[in-house]
This record gives sequence, C-alpha cells and structure tokens, in this order.
Amino acid sequence: MTESSIPAPRRGVPIWAQIIIWAFLVGLLAIVAVGLRRAQQGTVQPGQTIENFTLPLYTGYDMGGKSQVQLSDLRGKVVVLNFWASWCKPCEQEAAELQQAWTEYEPTGQVVFIGVDYVDTEPEARVYLKKFGITFANGPDLATRISQYFRIKGVPETYFIDQDGVLRYVQVGPFTSIDQIRAQIDPLLDNQ
Amino acid sequence: MYKPKYLRITNYALLLAILAAFAMALYPQIASAQGPTPTDDEVNRVAKKLYCPVCESTPLDVCPTEACRQWRDLIRTMLAEGKSEKEIQQYFVTQYGARVLAEPPNRLVTYLVPAAAILLGAFMLFRGFQMWMKPATLKASTVPGEPEAKPAQDPYVARLEEELKKRK
Repeated sequence: MTESSIPAPRRGVPIWAQIIIWAFLVGLLAIVAVGLRRAQQGTVQPGQTIENFTLPLYTGYDMGGKSQVQLSDLRGKVVVLNFWASWCKPCEQEAAELQQAWTEYEPTGQVVFIGVDYVDTEPEARVYLKKFGITFANGPDLATRISQYFRIKGVPETYFIDQDGVLRYVQVGPFTSIDQIRAQIDPLLDNQ
Repeated sequence: MYKPKYLRITNYALLLAILAAFAMALYPQIASAQGPTPTDDEVNRVAKKLYCPVCESTPLDVCPTEACRQWRDLIRTMLAEGKSEKEIQQYFVTQYGARVLAEPPNRLVTYLVPAAAILLGAFMLFRGFQMWMKPATLKASTVPGEPEAKPAQDPYVARLEEELKKRK
C-alpha cells in the first residue's frame, strides 16, 4: 500500500476580481503621484507659455469698457499680472510703485497692467484700490482658478508675460522700487 | 382766530408727517429694507461651516486674522440682507472655490470612492485570512477498498506522538 499526498484544491481570488483590485490600486497610486508632483512643483516658471484665462473686472476698473479680460486678447503687448489682496500688508508696499509704473507705460499702449485680487472681499478691495489710487484693470480671482494655474505661494506675486504670451519673469514678494519694474518691462519692449 | 375743523385736522396731519420724517432721519434702520443685525452666534453658525480660504484647516469662526474678520463681516451683511446659509455658502464657493467648505460637496463620487476603497480592503483582508487559516493537503491510499487514510502527518510529529505514547 502506498500513500501519496494530494494537495487540496485551493479556492483563489477570481481573475476578474484580481484585475479590478489591481486596477483600483494602480489608479489610486496614480492619483496620489499626481497630487504629490503638483505639491512639489513651484510656481509657473519663465519660458512657459501661459494658457489663456478670463478675469472678470470690478466695475470702474475695466479695460476699454469691457467687464472682463482674456489673456489671449492681449497678445502683442507686455502683460504685468499682479496678484494682491487687501489684507496683504506687503502688497501695500508696492501698490504705489505699480500705479506709478502704469502711469508711465500706459501712454505707450504696449504694456498692460492687470491686478488679480486673491481671496478677497469686494468692499475691502475697493477701499484698497481707492486708497492707493490704482487705475489699472483689477478683478477677483473667482474660485482661485487663475492663482491655482500659476501655483502662487502667496501674495504679492507679479508675473511678466511677453508679447507672445510667454512668461519671462516672476517677482515673488513686493517690489521695493519702480526701477525693478522698469528693469523687467524695458527689455521686453526692446526685444519687440 | 377760529379755524375750520378740516384745517385743524390738516395741521395735525402735517405735524405728524414732520415728526415721522424726523424720526426716520434719526433712526434710518427703521426705514431700511434690511432686517436686524445678525448676532455673533448667527454669524458663527454659518462661519464654522466654512474654512478660511488662506489659512490652512482653520474654520472661519475661530480664525483670528484680519482677513477672516472681513469674511465674517461679509457673512453678517449677507445674513442681514436675508440670504440663507446655502446662498452664503454658494457665494463663498463661487468666490473662493469648493475648498472653503467644511463638508465636501454632496456628490456621489465623494462618498463612492472611500466606500469602494473600504469594501475592497475588507474583501482582500477576508480572502487573505481565509487562505492563511485553511492550508490543506490530503493523504489518499492507493489500495482500492481500504478506508480513507488519515491526513499525512509531519514525520517528526508522528515520532513525537509515538514517544509520548511509550511514556504513558
């Protein structure tokens, strides 16, 4: 008489269930990877072409009578995009310089200043704009879409976009003098 | 000088109208379309369901910054205008994005994905425990007609049992 061992039949996980489980896990890991990658990215870097966006404008701070502005409409001009907020104390340090620079460049018709009001309230924003005599176009960043696209770290931040829609310089923090602003705009105008 | 009755009534009406206008000028809120000023509790009841758009993970009712004070003032103004809590929340979402909500938007995917992940994990654990608890092999005799043999034992275990039997 001989004896032999027969392994008992093992009921494993069905193949379709295994596929679903692995697909779900891979999908979850992909989502986490994308989120981590985005968190580690800094602000949008010079050299990158800026995608079109639309900014609604506060009444009284419109552009050519339009209640909103699209970046694509400003091709051919240098765009100075300034993120600010009324509750931001450092923003106050550069408000006068920005307005002064706008006053200098507006007659050329080659430069556009746009203020993007970041997570603010309109009444306070208007007080701020009036306090510093700001006259260039300003509007709220609804749902923080524009600031999320630029991946700003805080306010104030200013982005200089050339005539072809390419980002050329990022200023993190307030300008300390109007010369700093001129130093970024003049080369872009000269290169035209 | 005697005045006719209708003239006296007219004078009294005019006097009342002047007094009413004076009262409205002194107390403009009486003439306002807005309701009474909401209390701090009413404001905070709405604010605690919102997060500060700037400070991370800080409910709006306890956030100490100037910006948060402005947003609470905005809530107070909107409540005084008769806006509901839902309308105020929707306004904040439109202005600052869905991340300001203390509770996620009530969408199917918000609850479906975590539920699916939990069920999937539970299923995997269950199957794992099943496989760990039932590793089985059978020992079968090749001689026909003989009764089914006992499951094969580890030879060392069999020897140990034999030694224990001898010691009894």
